[in-house]
Order: sequence, then structure tokens, then C-alpha cells
Amino acid sequence: MKNIFSLNVISGILNTMIALATPYLYAAIGEVFAQTAGVVNLGVDGIMLLSAFAAFYVALVTGNLWLGLLAAAVVGLLMGLLMSFVSVSLKAEQGVSGIGLYMLGLGLSSLLFKVMIGTVKTIEGFKPVELPLLSAIPFLGPILFRNNILVYAAFLLVPIAWFVLEKTTFGLKVKSVGQNPAAADSLGINVDRIRYVSVCIGAVLAGLAGASLSISLTNLFQDNLTAGMGFIAVALVYFGGWSPVGVLGGALLFSVVNSFQLWMQVLGVNIPSGVAVMLPYLLTIVALCVTVNRVRQPAALNKPFERGES
Amino acid sequence: MKSRRLTAIALIAVLFAAAAVAAPIRIAVIMPSATTDLAFSQSMYSALLSVQKDMGGESALVLKHTDNMFNVPDAAAAIRDYASQGFDVVIAHGSQYGSSVQEVAKDFPKVTFAWGTDVNTFGLSNVYAYTAAAEQGGFVNGFLAAKLTKSKKVGVTGPVKVGDAKTYVDGFLQGIQYADKSITVSETWTGSFSDVALMSAAAKTHIANGADSLTGSSQSVVGSIGAAKDKGGILWFGTQFEQTSLAPALVVASQVYDWTAMLKEIIAKRKAGSLGGSTYVLTLANGGLKIAYNPGYALPAAIKTAADATIKSIANGSIKVQP
Amino acid sequence: MPPETASPLDRKLERGGFDWSKVVLNGLLPLAGVVVALLVGAVFLLLLKVNPLTAYGALVNGAIGTKYGFMMTLVKATPLLLVGAGICIAFRANVINIGGEGQIIAGAIAGAWIPLAFSSLPGWALVPFSCLGGFAAGALWGFIPGILKARLRVNEILSTIMMNAIAVQLLNIVLQGVLMDPEGVARGTFLAQTAQLPPQSWLIRLSPPTLLHTGALIALAMAVLVYIFLWRTTIGYNIRAVGLNPDASRYSGIRVPFYEALSLTLAGGLAGLAGVIEVIGVQHRLMPGLTSGYGFTGIVAALLGGLHPLGLIPASVLFGGLLVGADRMQRAVQVPSALVTAILGLIVLFVSGAAIWSRRWAAKRRISAARGGQS
Repeated sequence: MKNIFSLNVISGILNTMIALATPYLYAAIGEVFAQTAGVVNLGVDGIMLLSAFAAFYVALVTGNLWLGLLAAAVVGLLMGLLMSFVSVSLKAEQGVSGIGLYMLGLGLSSLLFKVMIGTVKTIEGFKPVELPLLSAIPFLGPILFRNNILVYAAFLLVPIAWFVLEKTTFGLKVKSVGQNPAAADSLGINVDRIRYVSVCIGAVLAGLAGASLSISLTNLFQDNLTAGMGFIAVALVYFGGWSPVGVLGGALLFSVVNSFQLWMQVLGVNIPSGVAVMLPYLLTIVALCVTVNRVRQPAALNKPFERGES
Repeated sequence: MKSRRLTAIALIAVLFAAAAVAAPIRIAVIMPSATTDLAFSQSMYSALLSVQKDMGGESALVLKHTDNMFNVPDAAAAIRDYASQGFDVVIAHGSQYGSSVQEVAKDFPKVTFAWGTDVNTFGLSNVYAYTAAAEQGGFVNGFLAAKLTKSKKVGVTGPVKVGDAKTYVDGFLQGIQYADKSITVSETWTGSFSDVALMSAAAKTHIANGADSLTGSSQSVVGSIGAAKDKGGILWFGTQFEQTSLAPALVVASQVYDWTAMLKEIIAKRKAGSLGGSTYVLTLANGGLKIAYNPGYALPAAIKTAADATIKSIANGSIKVQP
Repeated sequence: MPPETASPLDRKLERGGFDWSKVVLNGLLPLAGVVVALLVGAVFLLLLKVNPLTAYGALVNGAIGTKYGFMMTLVKATPLLLVGAGICIAFRANVINIGGEGQIIAGAIAGAWIPLAFSSLPGWALVPFSCLGGFAAGALWGFIPGILKARLRVNEILSTIMMNAIAVQLLNIVLQGVLMDPEGVARGTFLAQTAQLPPQSWLIRLSPPTLLHTGALIALAMAVLVYIFLWRTTIGYNIRAVGLNPDASRYSGIRVPFYEALSLTLAGGLAGLAGVIEVIGVQHRLMPGLTSGYGFTGIVAALLGGLHPLGLIPASVLFGGLLVGADRMQRAVQVPSALVTAILGLIVLFVSGAAIWSRRWAAKRRISAARGGQS
């Protein structure tokens, strides 16, 4: 117990936190785009699975990780188009279409894995890239600046997403479509098109989240590789109050508690492992209860838009 | 004319005899996880495939399978369905299927049922039960890990400490204790059979804490193997299935469940008219459990000799491993 | 949105009765969605070199072609009906309950613990006791997100997703601890399951050897009760009012947060009941994997049934049949079981997409009715 706060342990906790947070960052920031435009995409987990498989398969066959990444993005885009078609054009109940997308991704990824690969294999994933100078900073340097490219990109995504949503006309349109689609429509904004684009941005990012699992974090593919991470990512969007920075906070909190509980187990702290594993979920709820959370959700969230209604 | 008729009769007789010989045995297997899990389900599925190959392929053994049956009522429906379709042997490869087997087996007395891992045949003459003494191979793996670790720290990863995973790990701990009492072992349990990412993080945590030898059980441990492979210089001890392919440089040995001998015996017994009623336990002694050394890993000869001696002692009972 | 006065809201709420043409249309559209999804699935089957007609023939035959298959369909429909009825209540209050999985587990834990702990009680006492206990445990699992939403505005999607994960770990904890089968401990197998429940706590099998049990009747009764509750009681009226227009409800003095929390609690209770019934009706012991995704597929069934407890009855039988038939198809043509999941996903996607025509048609009718009223 006494050595749980040693430097070695703290740096270990932070290292694992960053690795674990990466897929959540991609997926949850992607979901921020979709939800800000008014579409709840519960199918993130399914997109992640199918893209994780695509990335792994392409990387395995071609030996090129970048092609794998591209494949993940393309698969994400296709799944995003499917989700948009059903949820935006056909105005489906989003909670249900998302569950359908999840099941499709879960089933299809396992099916393709079985037919095209057949057994668990590993590949050489993205290697850590040391940033010169920065990685030499004592203590924090090795934690923050000795990661692979997908990790850096995930953290860079936070300011980029913030900028796009807050400082560009496109971001404004996304928000207006999620707040008051009828008004946006009367201003000449094509509501459906903005929603398509937002859902697809979200889906491509979910695809990258899948790739970050299969070709950077675990370097393999296995049935149900995500184990429900996509759902946690959706929850983190609510935690972060639809802001990329808030999502970053949520992802880091969830991941730091998760890596903390692993360290507690490794160091032999006397706590049942079931309770330890529960901690990240429990603390996420508790954290949201104690921090005053008065962010209003996008007014048209989960509501399909039809001209002439309202 | 007469001779022709005779040859015709002879020919027909030969054909019938051939047909009788060639009537394939029909086997169906129901498994809780995927046939590609590199663990429990794949161990049975690949054993069946190899038995099929040994017997001469499809014409001798018709094999049908249903995997991912983690829901028991679905599995029960599958067991009953295969039984009612006239399969000769229905294998319910999951300890959670016990009650379902018990119920269905009573309704299909001419079908042989095999289920595991457990030892209970419910007193039915058409049920075989089977299990694997996972603790025995665990002991050997633990012995090897204790002999090979330089940092004197060993890590164990797993999903939930129950069933096979528990008996394996308990054996592993006994093996370490037997070889070297000064070694510290830490365990992490992720609470999930599918969370490969968390399993990978768990392995990295062990490594960051100084462990240089790792083991673990369940389909998600592949995450740990991947993590160990990334770090390099870490040793891995596998169980349930030959896991060398995942990381040829660092797997020392795997405890392999080899169901083939048991399956062949069940088939032979059925042909001889015995449909069930007994229990199989895979052990090091009967060869059902095998320690598969990775030929790509340069295991020091002295340690290999000591490990083989340990295997022999467990097999002849002079070392007793508690499950 | 202009603030609505109470009277149109009232009128909208009163329309709970049956409109047969609507019922027929709402019944046919999901079927059309199923057909389109199966057509796409046929492409997968062809790629796997399987004749889709053989495969789908086995699907239909497996679901309704044999007595055992059809009874199995009803067995699968039972938890869907219970979870779905709860979803109807929650969605009517505009509360999204993703927590069905956790609530089922909570109910199942209580529903297994009670018969094991009070095994000396006779069946007539033990069965209702277990059901009530499971309902209460599920309700608690729904109440927590409910009260957090009511008091602290914690979004229920977040909290129910987290509560699912917590319930899974709770199940792991009890199954490797207090509730682990003592026989498994004694024999050294340490399986993650409880002892078999005392036989007097089992629900009666209606048609052995099939698994159909009296739980199906309980589920049916609950669906009818939920219908009465939502459309024939003041509390039900208020729940629907809150869902249709929270602002208008607030102005007319309805305590919106209370009804949101209540709807989640009731939804949790019904899912918990589904958990108990799986345990005492089918499995007769508690083990992992018992939810089988009903927490999610229950949502699908509820939407298929138009969020109406009575519409839910055929919808859950249809969906239960798909689950059973798809498994049968896997066995008959030996496609990977993952294909079944993928095709079910397609079905859910297309069925949810098909609802647009139902709404379009209803809108047209409203407009023409309004015109007729004016002239």
C-alpha cells in the first residue's frame, strides 16, 4: 500500500491512462459531432468493431499500417452513411437504429474475422515515436511524448474539434441544426446534409477508434474486441457536456481510474478484483453528480427533422 | 448366366458391406465462445477437426458446430435440435450446459452426449462427462516461470477467478511455491472475458511493476500476449491452446488441452455399444494434457530436464497438485 | 415551439384506443423491413455459398414450423415482452433506458438469492417472493439513474450504461463469492454459477419437454397491466404528458422529475422481473450470460410494437421467432453464428427505417382530417 504513490507507480498509472484513453477520445469526440447536430448514434461500438477488423486485416495482408488506418476510416464512413440514411433520411428512432448498427458491426466483424483470418494473429502495430526535446522533460516527458502517432493524433483532435465546432461556420451550422432545425432550415441551411456530414465525421472517428485498438493498442483482432467501449464513449459525451474538452476530461478520468485499479491489483492492495473493476464506472457517475452539470443538451437531440412539422 | 448372377449378388453384398463400413459417424458440438478464440472452444473444435482428418474426412465423420452459445436456453435448443436430427454424438462443450444435457439426454437415449468441463454424468448411461486438470499444467508452467524469472516477479492476468481460470492459476501458484518461495506473484482480474484492451493494459502494468514472466487464462489473454510481445524480454506461459503462434519469441511453453484421444475413445466405445456413463479427466498422466514447449525458445537444458521430471512426478502422483 | 395549451395535449393523450387501419399498417411495415433485411442477408448467404432459400426456409421452420420451435419462440418472447413493457413506460416519459441489461442482472441476482436463502418455504410463497424481490432489485437499478436524473440532472443514458457495467461486475462478485455453488467448491471446479434452485421455486413447465413456462403468462399479464396503467390511470396519464410535452406539463402542475424517475424505476422493475423469470423459469440457477442482450433487443421489440404494450405482444413474438429461427438456420446450413447477429442487426436497422411511412401516412391523415373538420 505504501508504495502506491511512488513515482514509478504514478508514471505507470499515467502511461496506461493515456493508452486506454485513446480509443475513447476518437469515438467520443466523433459522437460529439453527431450529437451536436442532433443525432444520437448508439452504434459507435459496432463501427469500432468493423473498422478495427478492417484496419487489422488490411495491415495483416499488406503489411502497411497506414493502409489499415485508411481502411478503418473508409469502413467508418460507410457505416456512417448507413446510419445517416436510416436515421436522417428515413428518420428512424435513433436509439433503435443505433442498436441495429451495433449488432450489424458486431456480427459482421466476427463473421469476416472467421471467414478471412480464422484465428487470432498478432501484427507489429504503430511504434512509439519519441518527440525530440519534449521527451527529455523529466518525469512527464516519457509519459506524454513517447507514444505512437495515433495517440498524439487523438489528443490533437481535442483542440481541432473544439475549433471546428466553436470557430467555423460549419460548426455553427452543426449547432444550429442540433438546436433548432426548423430555424436553420428557414435560414437556408440544408439540415439533412449537415446531419449526414456530422454523423459521418463521427463514424470516421469511431473507425479510427477501432483502428487504434487493433493496430496500436492490442495489435490483434478478436471477436467483440471493443467489449462495449463504444457505449462508454457515448456515455462520455454526456459526461463532457457535448464539448471536446469535457470529453477529454471524462476519458482521462475513466481511464486513470481504470489504470489505478489495475495497479492496486498488481500491488496487492486488499480489494476484491470485482470491486476494483467496478471503480471507473462508479466514479464516472459520482464525478458527474458532484460536479454541477447544467449543460443543456442540444434541443433537437434524438429528434428527426421533417419540414413543416413542429 | 449363373456365374453372372453370382457376381451381381457378390457385388451387391460388397456394396452393402462398404456402405455399412462407410456410414459416417455424425457429431455435433455446441461451444460457448468462438471457434477462433485460441482458448477453450478452439481447443475442442480443432481436436474434432483433427479426429475427422485421422478417420478419413467427411465420409467417415460428419461434423457440425454451433459456437458463441453463451446463452444457456439457446444452447439447450441447439442440443435438443442436434439430438432430434439423429446425430450420434452431441458434445456440449461448456460447464454451464449441464442441466440442459441432463434434461435432453433423458429424451434421446440412443444419442451419446458428452459434456464438460465437469465430472457429473447424472447417472445416465448415455452421458460422458469430461474435464481437464488444468492445475497440473499450471503447476508445470509455474515451475518453469520460477526457474526462468530474473526479476523474481511474476504476473497473472485473467478475466474472473472462477472455473478453469482459477484451477489453472492455483496450480501455477503451487508450482512457483514448489520451485522458489522468494518469488512474488501478483494477479489482475479484469472482470471481462472479452476486454482485450484492458487485459493488455493489465499485462503492461505487471511489466511496469517489474514482472518479467506472465501467464493467464481465457480468450482475452491474447491481449496480454500482445502487450508482452511489444515490450520484448518478457516470457509468456500459455494454457488451453498452443499459443506460440502469437509471439514465437517469448512463449516458453503452453499447457495444451488435447481432446483427441478422448474423442476417439468415445467414438470407439459408441461403436462397441457403450453410449456413455463414464468420466474423462485430461491429465498429464494420460496424455490429455500436454506441455508444448516452444521450439523457437532456447530453454536451458537443465531447466527443461527439471520440468520434465516435474511432469513425471505429477503424472506418477509423487507431486500432488490441489485444484 | 409555441407553448401548447393544455387542451390539445389532453386530446392527443386521450387517443390511446385502437385504430385498426393503423394497427394493420404498423404491423405490415416492420414485416416489410424484415423482408428487405433478409434480402440483403441473402447476399451474405450467397457469398458464403449457401442457398438463401434453404437457409430462410430453416429460419421460418425453426421459429414456427415445429412445436418445440414455436414454444422456444414464446420462451424468447417472454423477457422481450417484460423488458419492452418497461421500455414503453420509460420512452413514453421521454426517458431513454439503456440499462435493461443491468436491471435484468440485478433482478436475476435477487431472484436466485431468495430461493437459495429461503429454500424451506413452499412454492406458493417462494415464487411470488422471488418475483417481488427481483422486481424490487431491478427497480432499484432503475431508481438510481432515475433519482440522479430527477435531482442532479445526470443524463440517464450515461448512468444506465455505467449501471450495466456495475451490474456485470456485481454478478461476477456474487458468483465467485457468496452465491458460488458449494458443490463446485467441494469438487474443485469453482464454476461461476449458483447451486440449482430448490425445485419448488421453479415455474411450472406448460408443455414439456419444451421450455415454455408460466413466466410467459406473467409477462402477458404485465403487458396488459402496463397498458391499463399508462392509459387508464392518472399516474400513467401524467407520465405520457411529461413525455409528450414537459414544458406544458410543468405549467399544468405535473412534477416532471418525479415522473421521469418513476418511469425509470418501473422500467427497471419490469426488466428485473424478466431476470427472475429467466432464472426460476428457464435456467434454475444463476450464471453469467443470462441477459443474452435482452436489455437491448427489448428496446427494439418495444419500438417494433409502436411503444404500445399491446402492440408489443406480437412484436416480441415476432422478434423472439427471429432469434430462435436464426439460430436454427445457423445449425441447418452451418453458417457462422456471427452471421445471425449481422442479419438481426440489418433487420433492426431496416425496421426502424421503415417506420417513416407509418408516420407519413398518419400525417397525411391528420391533414385531411383537419381539412374535413374545417369544411
